[in-house]
Amino acid sequence: MVELIAKTPCDGLLPISLGAVTLTEVETGPITSISSLKGQKKAVSDALKAAYGTAFPAPSRTTAKDTARLIWSGRGQALMLGVAPQIKGAAVTDQSDAWCCVELAGAGVDDVLSRVTPIDTRAMKRGHTARTLVQHVSVVLTRTGKDRFEVMAMRSMATTLLHDLERAMSGVAARG
Amino acid sequence: MRVDGKGLVNRDKAVSFRFNGKSYSGFEGDTLASALLANDVRLVARSFKYHRPRGILTGGSEEPNALVTIGSGAGQEPNMRATVQEIFDGLDAHPQNAWPSLERDALGVNDLLSPFLSAGFYYKTFTWPKAFWEKLYEPIIRRAAGLGALSGDHNPDRYERAFAFCDVLVIGSGPAGLMAALTAAEAGADVILADEDSRMGGRLNAETHEVDGQAGPDWAASMLDRLAQMDNVRLMPRTTVTGAYDQGTYGALEKVGHHQPRRAALPLECFWRIVAKQAILCAGALERPIAFPNNDRPGIMTAGAVRTYLNRYGVAPGKSVTVFGNNDDAHRTARDLAAAGVNVAGVIDSRGDAQVEGDFPIYTGGQVIGTDGRLGLNEITVRHAGGQRTIRTDCLAMSGGWNPSVHLTCHMNGRPVWEPSILSFVPSDDAIPGLTPAGAAAGHMSTAACLTSGVESAKVALQALGLKVKTTNVPKAEDGTYAIAPLWYVEGKGRAWLDFQNDVTTKDIKLAAQENFRSVEHMKRYTTQGMATDQGKNSNLNALALLADVTGRGIPETGTTTFRPPYSPVSIAAMGQDAQGDGFAPQRFMTSHKASVARGAPMIEAGLWYRPSYFPAQGETTWRQSCDREVNMVRESVGICDVSTLGKIDIQGPDAGAFLDFVYCNMFSTLKVGRTRYGLMLREDGHVMDDGTTARLGEDHYVMTTTTAAAGQVMRHLEWVHQALRPELDVSFISVTEQWAQFAVAGPKSRDLLKALIEEEITDESWPFMACGPATVAGVAGRLFRISFSGEHAYEVAVPARYGDSLFRLLVAQAEALGGGAYGMEALNVLRIEKGFITHAEIHGRVTAFDIGMERMVSAKKDCIGKVMAARPGLVGDDREQLVGLKPVGNIKQLTAGAHLFEAEAEAIRVNSQGYTTSVGFSPTLGSYLGLGFLRNGRARHGETVRMVDHLRKIETLCEVCDPVFFDPDGGRVRG
Amino acid sequence: MRLTCPICGERDRREFYYQGEAVMLERPAPDAGDAAWDAYLHLRDNAAGETQDLWCHEAGCGSWIKVTRNTVTHKVLKTELVAK
Repeated sequence: MVELIAKTPCDGLLPISLGAVTLTEVETGPITSISSLKGQKKAVSDALKAAYGTAFPAPSRTTAKDTARLIWSGRGQALMLGVAPQIKGAAVTDQSDAWCCVELAGAGVDDVLSRVTPIDTRAMKRGHTARTLVQHVSVVLTRTGKDRFEVMAMRSMATTLLHDLERAMSGVAARG
Repeated sequence: MRVDGKGLVNRDKAVSFRFNGKSYSGFEGDTLASALLANDVRLVARSFKYHRPRGILTGGSEEPNALVTIGSGAGQEPNMRATVQEIFDGLDAHPQNAWPSLERDALGVNDLLSPFLSAGFYYKTFTWPKAFWEKLYEPIIRRAAGLGALSGDHNPDRYERAFAFCDVLVIGSGPAGLMAALTAAEAGADVILADEDSRMGGRLNAETHEVDGQAGPDWAASMLDRLAQMDNVRLMPRTTVTGAYDQGTYGALEKVGHHQPRRAALPLECFWRIVAKQAILCAGALERPIAFPNNDRPGIMTAGAVRTYLNRYGVAPGKSVTVFGNNDDAHRTARDLAAAGVNVAGVIDSRGDAQVEGDFPIYTGGQVIGTDGRLGLNEITVRHAGGQRTIRTDCLAMSGGWNPSVHLTCHMNGRPVWEPSILSFVPSDDAIPGLTPAGAAAGHMSTAACLTSGVESAKVALQALGLKVKTTNVPKAEDGTYAIAPLWYVEGKGRAWLDFQNDVTTKDIKLAAQENFRSVEHMKRYTTQGMATDQGKNSNLNALALLADVTGRGIPETGTTTFRPPYSPVSIAAMGQDAQGDGFAPQRFMTSHKASVARGAPMIEAGLWYRPSYFPAQGETTWRQSCDREVNMVRESVGICDVSTLGKIDIQGPDAGAFLDFVYCNMFSTLKVGRTRYGLMLREDGHVMDDGTTARLGEDHYVMTTTTAAAGQVMRHLEWVHQALRPELDVSFISVTEQWAQFAVAGPKSRDLLKALIEEEITDESWPFMACGPATVAGVAGRLFRISFSGEHAYEVAVPARYGDSLFRLLVAQAEALGGGAYGMEALNVLRIEKGFITHAEIHGRVTAFDIGMERMVSAKKDCIGKVMAARPGLVGDDREQLVGLKPVGNIKQLTAGAHLFEAEAEAIRVNSQGYTTSVGFSPTLGSYLGLGFLRNGRARHGETVRMVDHLRKIETLCEVCDPVFFDPDGGRVRG
Repeated sequence: MRLTCPICGERDRREFYYQGEAVMLERPAPDAGDAAWDAYLHLRDNAAGETQDLWCHEAGCGSWIKVTRNTVTHKVLKTELVAK
């Protein structure tokens, strides 16, 4: 029997390092979207908390325990990364292959993001997340450290996402 | 010439640059203007209309005359102001609007023709014959007028845009701005201090004032040091705040690379969008010239500019300088020059009672009534209380008073208010929500008043932010009164310029008024006064004072024209920044992209996606050869096509069926699990929005497909329907377009191919037409749908996207082994036309379910979006243009899309149009061109012959009207 | 222009899709008659002053938002979720 070969969304495109900032692909593990059905919000959150130690996150927030991470990703919706949840009372959809996820890290990372995203990333604390844009690309943008962000975008737009981030990185690096 | 011991330039660092083909030397910290003046170069430009010799008028961004082109070739930058262009080693600047040379400009003849070139001359002169305007007059006028030129080549320079956020944006870093920034910063506010200049400090760097016992520039430098060390302060030099927009958004242009040699990755400019909770406008004031006869010669400058060159750059713009003004401030120029050892040939003050002190000739009650010097000033004529005399002088410093820079406060419709004490306009209250004007921009004319005003405005901002003021110490500084008497223009022989950039003189304003362009806005358009980059900075007030006089009104009553953004020019490239080339729009690539490109497939855009047009085989030289082969392949064996671009929406919840029933015109709640159904979605106005198949994967679980083009629109529509119209439904949906790589496997051998790949048994019983369900694809959990867009026995097989590349290569290899292969968009299009399947070429937004023959799909059992309006008179009936098939029947065999349809004998004119073609293609299956189109009452006209006329491509074809399903009308192949 | 998404907070206008006046929220019953449907679909006040219109935070959380604003002063007076 033939075997299918898996490829990551940024296959062959990363890493990129310019100035103090580095862009690398993140291996997220499974990604699952979770959206509670009517009247199930608390039950779903409690179940997630009990099973994985991660309550359903408030808007623009994340929760995490061990390898499990829950990232708020829209109205009534969150993405679970790291484990594939078994949950009742919610619409649960496998999105493991739908996203490309990259990490942007290094001193001046906020300066790089200020070139491509219309929100104030300086106001985001570790664990804060936002649905916003990188240039024209819709993203989930999460601060994972002082000089560290994760950017998730649709898989098919990986090339454009990297193009836009690399341009921003090169402009900031050139200023010295 | 340089003046020893003066200026803030770095005399230890010489900089060499070129202007007009000659090499010069300046110092680090010089602008092109100061360096040219230091080298005694006065003639730098020719004017817009009359090609008059021009020099440097000002010392800042308001400069109307000294426009030059920097660099050459593709990256050349026209219309750069010499007064703000910093010099660097290798800078190469060129005069513009002069031919063959700056000194001998052929179009200088325009100056002699000026009696014929007055305001509005082209409206009057070039009216006959009418046809000549576009072909002859306009091209000539356009060549003669104008300033610098672009190269016409692609701009190779890098630009950037960026967003910034702050509590307090302080615009301008003069005494008011520095105090405002410090007060706000010490209270803990997040502060941005932006200034257009490379050296912050505003007028303090150009004057000899002391602040807090220190020289002005030293005090400014120490304040800036202090601010630079605070974490909550960002200093943005070389950044002009160019516009004020809604909700505290400000546009700002930062010059990043203009002051240094080009480097590949370094942006030339960065366009900032700064979002500020509060803003303080400390933009200072601009000095206005006086309109006296021949006031535009090189060597005539504003008085403040002369001080700027002397005090900041250590340059005397002349050997023997005269000063002409109507206010006390002008006297500073004479005093500073005399103190620096520069000869002052006279001070002329229009006020009879002016108090002037100094060791130079003084003419009170005086006016300059004429000047002389072809390429530069050498003499002025003065009329004064004691009579009339000429004075030899190579530089005249003029001051008509100062205009607060109110521009930004007018960007949201604010109208400035007349302030008689300073004979100028000041900002109106609350002109921009959250913005407080301070310092000279608010009409405070002494240094002390500016410092105080800076603190007070910061208090206003801090109060709005809920922050407490920590310090309020205002340093000591000069607090002189600003005495001024009106003097806008001087009557006399010769033209007196108001707007130097657009060559508008006092005569033009008088002419405008005489011809009844009396409204200030009409006058502006008739004369071009204050247009272009000037935006009234130098000339506005003089012009409207003159208009007020000749129309017998006061200045407040006459009003000002509208100051519009940008405050100073912003290159389109900076605003457009990365939105060119690959940055113009996101590119969406399918997982099969690389494999398709490797096979030589030309990729075409489908929305943001890129899809293969066709896959050329060896020996094929035209797309038609490839397309025909691919169509035959699908009809005879098996073809593979990546269909991942179709929108896929996962829909879950107990009310999923009810929700689909409401958004689709047909029923989905009755669909069996494991089956797929074609659905038609209407807009609320009754027209078709989109179509596609929806599969029921479980009792509460569907997956909808949309067309590639409408995927985003449909997703937004579903959100709209759920959130706004049917919030009671318990349903949740999310796009899974990106999760699945999905491939059509189409053709009589499709099942043979899939049997080798899929673990589950595939028979007509287990997978009948329109069946769907999970399938194990080469060991991977996938999905299989038995659906067809080709009319053949076909499937779509989906796997998680990570396996897409691998599965595509595998499917194509296996198809090739069966005599098939990959097919592209061209073949896909022909296959669906043969079957009469519609795409957005047909459902283009003006088409109803009735028009495409699907009105019976609109279920009578339920309400749905668009149902009521779809039945409205006018959207159904014989008058409608209905979907038909078209086959050529005459000598001409070609069909084209977008052509009109006429009765065979009717004249091919608009009123006779009976419809149009939407999709055409050559069918190798039927050996004929086939077309889909819309024809009035078309369903009743099958068999009739109509004429297709394509006026653009000059093609006329007689066609038989037929059913849109050309091939296999019974659908036997799809089930077989 | 900036709008406050009730979920995400204040955001730049580029993240939003504009739909039109908020009358679109009041969908008539199927049998409401021609005049009601005509008004619902086609008639708009286009007021100079306070208006209510609909925006979708499309590049954000996906919420549909009713915005009360003044078309003369450009002040945004209120934003609220369409889905209660």
